[in-house]
Formats: sequence, C-alpha cells, structure tokens
Amino acid sequence: MAALADTAAGRAALLEFLLRTGDNTLILGHRVSEWCGHSPVLEEDIALANTALDLIGQTQLWLGLAGEVEGQGRTADNLAYLRDAAEFRNVLLVERPNGDFGQTLMRQFLFDAWHFELLKALQGSTDPRVAEIAAKAIKEVSYHLERSADLVVRLGDGTAESHRRMQNALDELWSYTGELFVGDDADEALADAGVAPSPASLKPAWDAAVARVLGEATLAIPSSGYVHKGGKRGVHTEHLGYILAEMQFLQRAYPGATW
Amino acid sequence: MYAQMVKTDSDRVKSLAEMNPQERDFQERVDRGEKIEPKEWMPEAYRKTLIRQIGQHAHSEIVGQLPEGNWITRAPTLERKAILLAKVQDEAGHGLYLYCAAETLGVSRDELLALLHSGKMKYSSIFNYPTLNWADIGAVGWLVDGAAIMNQVQLQKTSYGPYSRAMVRICKEESFHQRQGYDIMMKMAFGTPAQKAMAQDALNRFWYPALMMFGPSDKDSVHSAQSMAWKIKINTNDELRQKFVDQTVPQARYLGLTIPDPDLKWNEEKAGHDFTEPDWSEFFDVIAGNGPCNRERMNARVKAWEDGAWFRDGLVAHAEKVADRRAAARVAAE
Ligand SMILES: [Fe+2]
Ligand SMILES: [Fe+2]
Ligand SMILES: [Fe+2]
Repeated sequence: MAALADTAAGRAALLEFLLRTGDNTLILGHRVSEWCGHSPVLEEDIALANTALDLIGQTQLWLGLAGEVEGQGRTADNLAYLRDAAEFRNVLLVERPNGDFGQTLMRQFLFDAWHFELLKALQGSTDPRVAEIAAKAIKEVSYHLERSADLVVRLGDGTAESHRRMQNALDELWSYTGELFVGDDADEALADAGVAPSPASLKPAWDAAVARVLGEATLAIPSSGYVHKGGKRGVHTEHLGYILAEMQFLQRAYPGATW
Repeated sequence: MYAQMVKTDSDRVKSLAEMNPQERDFQERVDRGEKIEPKEWMPEAYRKTLIRQIGQHAHSEIVGQLPEGNWITRAPTLERKAILLAKVQDEAGHGLYLYCAAETLGVSRDELLALLHSGKMKYSSIFNYPTLNWADIGAVGWLVDGAAIMNQVQLQKTSYGPYSRAMVRICKEESFHQRQGYDIMMKMAFGTPAQKAMAQDALNRFWYPALMMFGPSDKDSVHSAQSMAWKIKINTNDELRQKFVDQTVPQARYLGLTIPDPDLKWNEEKAGHDFTEPDWSEFFDVIAGNGPCNRERMNARVKAWEDGAWFRDGLVAHAEKVADRRAAARVAAE
C-alpha cells in the first residue's frame, strides 16, 4: 500500500478502483430505488428500500475515499452529481433497466454474489481505509445475497410462469456478468500491492455460488460466453445518460446551492 | 387525517342504560381506560369501525410512498437520498404494522387491498396532491407528517390494544420525519432565491390540503360521537386542526415564509389563531376521485399488485412444493 500510494500511477489506480466500486453501488442503488412503492408486495417495498439505502450508504464511503485519494477537494456528492457518463466507472450490469421484478431480482443476485466475494477479499486489503469500508459493507451485502439467492431459488422453482420469467431474466443478463471479472492495468497494480483482489481471482467462487443457487432454482446457465463490457473504462450503454439526467437534475439546474 | 370521515354504522350513541349487560361491561372498560385485546368480546360495530379506520390508515401509509418516492431518484445529495429512502421505508413499515393490527380483527391484508383497489376503501386525501419541486419533500415531512402526528399522538391512548401499540411505535418515527422535513425547509428557505421560491411555492400548495387532512368539522357528527365514546377517536377534527395551525404558524414565521391565508391572525380571546377554512368542495372532489393525482396513485398501486401476481404465486407454489417434499421425505423415512 505504501508503495502504491507513493507513485502518481499508483494513486490513479486506487482512484480508479474506488470510483468503480462506488459507482457500482450508486447506480445499482438508483435502479433499486426506482421500485419504491411499486413492488409486488409490501415486504418487498421495505426490503428494496433497505437494499437501496445500504448501497447509497456504501457509495458515500467509497466515493468519499475516492475524493480524498484524488486530493482535489471533491466530495462524494461532487463525484456523484457532477461527473458526466464517460467519467462513470460502473459495470454495465448495474445500469440495466429494471425490467420486471424477476429481472431486478436476478440482476441483484448476480451482482450480490460478486459483491460479496469482492468485499470478503477487500477486508484483507493492505490499505486500511479500504479494509474498513469493506468490513462494514460486507455485513449488509451478506444479507443482500442471502435474500436475493433465496428469492431466485423460490421463484425459479415456483410456478411455470415464475420459472419462465426467472430463466428469461438470467438469459437477458448473463452476458453482462463477464465484465465483473475482466481486469486491466489498474486492477493489476492494485492486486500486486495487495489493495484489491484481481477481478479474475473472484470468478471461481462466484461461479460456484451461482451454479449452486441456479441449480437449486432449476434454472439453466446460458451457454453463451459473450461478454458485454466498457463500463469500467467509461463506455456505457444508452441507459446511463438518462439515469444521470434524473439523478443530477437539481445539482445541475441550481449550481452551488446547499441542500 | 390518515383516517378521514370513518363511518360507525350507528345513527346515534346509545346510553349505558340502553345497552345490554355485555355492551355495558365493554363500555365501562373503555371508560376506565382499559385496553381491548383481540380475543375479547367487542360490539360488532366497534370491530367494523376499527377495520375501516385502521385499514384506511394503512392504505394511506402505502399510497403515501408514491408522492415521496417521486423524488428519491432526484434527491439532491447522497445524504438527502438516504434520508428519504429511510423515510419511505418507514412508511411501508407503518403500513405493515397497521395491516397486522387490522388482521387481529379478522380481516386479511389481501381483503383490505382488494377493497382499496376497487375503490371501496379510501386513503388520506393528501396523497392525491403532487410533489412538484424538491421543497415539496420538505413540506410533506413538515406539514403532512406533522398533521399525522397530531392525530396519532392522541391515538396512542386509543382503546384497541394492537392499534394503540402500533401508534406508539409509529409516532416515534413520524416525529423524526417531521424534523427531517423541517430541516429541508430550512435549507430551502435560507438558501438561494430560487430555493426560497420553491419553499414558498410548496407551502402555498400544501397548506390547505394539510388542513383538510383532519377532515371537515365533526362537532355535530354521530359517527365522531360514537368513535369518541369508544375511544378510537380522542379529539374532534376541529380541535386537532386548531392545534396544528397554532403549532405551525411560528414555524413558518421562523422560516420567513408566508402562510397563504391573509385572514390568519392571533385571537387573544381564544388563545389560538383565527384562520380560513380550506375549500371543502375541493376536499369532497378529491375524496370522490377527482384530485390531481387520484388516478395516478390508484393506477400505480393496482399495477404494482397485478404485475406482482406471478411473484406472489411463485412464492406460494414454492412453499407448497417444499411442504410436499418434506412430507414425502417423512413417509420415506418411516
Ligand atoms: Fe407513517
Ligand atoms: Fe406518514
Ligand atoms: Fe412519516
């Protein structure tokens, strides 16, 4: 860690990683919060609001640290509300539209299973600030994973209709999961310094967890190995622009105001 | 209020002398301030009235998620977004406690929801007004949760045990919501000229609808008299409205905002404010389904319910499969 933060390239890699992690939680939190008041049952309204709340809380921590590492005086809010799409570093998976409730749940499960493995590894980060955030977040995320995995099983192995919808959701989203495991130079530098695990190193555990849950859910893992990617380097789908237009409206329309 | 104009099925309140021994015993327990619990005998009209009142209150909590949810994705800071998410989550939780309280009276949540969706049961008129700018989220917390608290604080003393206990829990959270709403109003009212204009606009639009939350004057209403005898209503609508106005006027003054009522003034004699009544014809229009957002609110709730049918059915089917598998495993083991 000392070695990493000592060089400009090392700091840039750390900043990149923090933006990626914070943007993932921010954009997924935004998507999940779109369900407020519209979910299939009151218990889900509560659970989704709670998930979104956890993700926004984690965003404050990750982007707060990103601003600190950047050293330009930008706050978590500045980073969330005043960057344009090309500067966002979230994976494409989290910006996928909510679709039906099955797609929302499947997206959550595929993400949670990865998020959990990531945080587990980050608890041992050589950067104590990263380890500290991970230790706090993993408590929330292990609950998210327990919940989303449980629902995927129950709906996959529910009625013919719920099975069809969950399989459809999996087919829709599968090609967006590969990006979670694709690394670049920044990832490599972080892995070498022991700050964060290399993305590829998380794959075996994710594969095993996903195979177990989907098997129990009687869902078939799609055979296509195609990987949609780009989000980690700022090349997004059309959806992110609309998310940001909505999310950033007040900050953009009334610059400099205090809320 | 969250429950407005609840009918009681009676055309007048019976005196103790007219009651049969069971009814008299019940009324005397209520008069002594005892709590009535689910398994105990209660007059049928008491049970039905409570179902209407608690059901309407529960529906208000869940429909109330919609106008506030309208701004979650546009909240101006991460902290405001988190606070609003937590608030909307609390409101859904209130809905849950209240449906559970209603269930102790022998009506299921699904039955109550069916009545809401078919328009046979109502929710508070206030949630048929739109949230048009960010200060509306402040105004809702300050005025709507504020008015709700006026009503719910007194309902902590209500005669029905489960309802009273739900109110104790809910009131704690509602006062939190009110403070957070007022905090938004302070930021807006003391902010830029544009923010202050949004704050004043929000107050202009929410003032009279907030006063309507207490319902029309009920000093001569049989329903209210019966509900008060049963202690499922403690104060009259006018008493609560007066209290609300008296509490809110200094808060608006502190913000430097003008309450949209030129005739509002302190009346030394009654030690309260004189104020203009809301336009009750507008209230009855809203109750009849013609408020600015009635259609959107109901369509959103019905759509959520209908689109979610496969989800609920899937969970039920899975639970049945698990039970069948367990039973089969038990047979195999024997
Ligand atoms: Fe509430
Ligand atoms: Fe409320
Ligand atoms: Fe509230």
